[in-house]
Amino acid sequence: MTAAAWTERLRTGLWKDNPGLVQLLGLCPLLAVTSTFVNGLGLGIATLLVLTFSNALVSATRRLIRPEIRIPIYVVIIASLVTCAELIFKAWFPALDRSLGIFIPLIVTNCAIVARAEIFASRNPIGASIADGLGMGAGFALLLMALGAFRELVGQASLAGFSFADSGFLLAVLPPGAFFALALAVALKNHIDGKPGR
Amino acid sequence: MSTSSIFRTGLTLAAIGAICTMLVAATYQATRDRIAANDKALLEQSLLPALAGIDYDSGLTDSLLELQPPHELPGNDTALVYRVFAAGEPAAALFAVTARDGYSGPIRVLIGVAYDGTVSGVRILQHRETPGLGDMIDSSRSDWVLQFDGRSLGNPAAEHWAIRGDGGEFDQLTGASITPRAVVGAVRDTLLYFDAHRDEIFPVAASEENE
Ligand SMILES: Cc1cc2nc3c(=O)[nH]c(=O)nc-3n(C[C@H](O)[C@H](O)[C@H](O)COP(=O)(O)O)c2cc1C
Repeated sequence: MTAAAWTERLRTGLWKDNPGLVQLLGLCPLLAVTSTFVNGLGLGIATLLVLTFSNALVSATRRLIRPEIRIPIYVVIIASLVTCAELIFKAWFPALDRSLGIFIPLIVTNCAIVARAEIFASRNPIGASIADGLGMGAGFALLLMALGAFRELVGQASLAGFSFADSGFLLAVLPPGAFFALALAVALKNHIDGKPGR
Repeated sequence: MSTSSIFRTGLTLAAIGAICTMLVAATYQATRDRIAANDKALLEQSLLPALAGIDYDSGLTDSLLELQPPHELPGNDTALVYRVFAAGEPAAALFAVTARDGYSGPIRVLIGVAYDGTVSGVRILQHRETPGLGDMIDSSRSDWVLQFDGRSLGNPAAEHWAIRGDGGEFDQLTGASITPRAVVGAVRDTLLYFDAHRDEIFPVAASEENE
């Protein structure tokens, strides 16, 4: 793969086709864990790793696999990778693991991952699939961090645990705040891209 | 599909399943010890506050007694007793017991009792009491549980081991007396149990044999 092709794939994931902002995939974890910056960062990194490895494995095995059994195979690959990610978090980032709780195992159900396996990795060579995984994963992770930072700042007047004031606007850390924050982010992206309302 | 292609497809599935299983097994092997160590550290961290002022040199979780119901401690689930020692001599026992008469369900209480019978600390491990009312028993919400520190069966006398509303010496919470009554009762019953069964928890013969 050329450098230009890499840049293009990364740009697609990070901005143009951002899984959270444009494809609106994986919203359940996105909304649930973004109450703080650190949670967003933790789940973002875990998703990025799983997505990159699953793209690589799916692409590497794409010629061996008959179309009839591709979905069960994606499920086995993704479930194994998520289990590994969970064990690694438990071993090396126990505090983060406790605060993310069930959302690490739930990466398995993040449809952004199956979607990239089906749409991209099963039809493209391994290099491009890794680039796609990195780009999409980083796009998702950055969105999680941005939402987490925004909600923590507004809701608790703190960032990454450092507090600036006694209290914030509590709504931002409650579930509705997640929807407001995501809507603002989508609107901001459309505004920057110059798209009128669709 | 022909028979041979079904066979081939099945083989592919099995092979990928086997490879993925090996991946998970290898990760499990590589992380198992660290995860066990983390869990132990977390448990010890939760036990530590109930051991204020106790000198000990044994591992906190090395000498665990699991008492299955029926036992005479509060609760009808497994009661845990962590025993700690100083130079081989009994130093204190930590009881994890369940008060069943909380306002909204059972309250899991950790009670540290020094070998001489004084309370070295009480902490709430788990509860579902109402935020703002019953949850003041949680040390992260108020200092309420600290009033047990240094108390024992004679201090106050047994009939005063109750909340003020019931003629005892322990503060209750404004507008919520059910929760504190449950916790005070659990601490009192645990002390009574320790008083009656100390030599079973720390067998005298065994500790003499060690010397
Ligand atoms: C919605 C609701 C939640 C309550 N939660 C608790 C609680 O968690 N703990 C408690 O002791 N009392 C709780 N209470 C109050 C008890 O019903 C009871 O009135 C109180 O414990 C009596 O306290 P007092 O003897 O100090 O008046 C709650 C009451 C209501 C209406």
